[in-house]
Amino acid sequence: MSLEPIAFWGLAAVLLASSLAVVLTRNLFHSVLYLALSLTATAGVFLSLDAEFLAAVQLLLYAGGVVTIVVFAIVVTERLVGDRITQTSRQILTGFILSGALLVAVLVVFRRAPLTVLRPAVSGDLTRAIGESLLTSYVLPFELLGVLLLAALLGALYFARPDD
Amino acid sequence: MTLQAYLTLAALLFCIGLFGVLTRRNTIGILLGIELMLNAVNINLVAFARFLGDVSGMVFTVFAICITVAEVALGLALVILIFRIRRTAIADHLDLLKG
Repeated sequence: MSLEPIAFWGLAAVLLASSLAVVLTRNLFHSVLYLALSLTATAGVFLSLDAEFLAAVQLLLYAGGVVTIVVFAIVVTERLVGDRITQTSRQILTGFILSGALLVAVLVVFRRAPLTVLRPAVSGDLTRAIGESLLTSYVLPFELLGVLLLAALLGALYFARPDD
Repeated sequence: MTLQAYLTLAALLFCIGLFGVLTRRNTIGILLGIELMLNAVNINLVAFARFLGDVSGMVFTVFAICITVAEVALGLALVILIFRIRRTAIADHLDLLKG
């Protein structure tokens, strides 16, 4: 019994529990904090898949950036309302049936699909391979991504301009 | 762990996120559900990349993460803008297009 299954099941338990808390808890602010936990656990899953670079990106961009932005948005939109940051859910039965049906369908496909079970050994440095592939075969999408981020930045600036 | 275990984990995560998107009333809560769904997709991409020995999936994950961050920033900017105009962050109250 190696350490790997223990790490996987522990991470999976934390990930699923915090994700359920994100969609079920009533306090919106707690919901965001559980999302931060869930994103951090995802970084752990990436680590267990030998993708150290992606784990670092996940921590920096998601758990650092996204959570900060969401907290900021909650503070801005809930301050003027005045009452507690509670949120209610609607159509719980419909949501449960739809997402449950999708889950069952996907799991049935998994059972029938011929999936590779053997995990190949890591050949060389994965981070180096990602960097090389990013700047050779995927250089055009990489540059387009820069344009997209610029457009998003300008768009956010435009939205956030003061009322005149 | 097998590829099947990772895919099942991602499928569970995706369905939890979908449940959140379908049931939440607050616009920010809906965005959090979308985050969970995108997260599940990233786990799938990395798992396939690792098990098939092809680094393209991981490159694609880098793209997906960057685009998601841009999407969240703009989505929340829209939420704040709508809140300024309509004084609400509840999705059901934004029924301007209702005839």
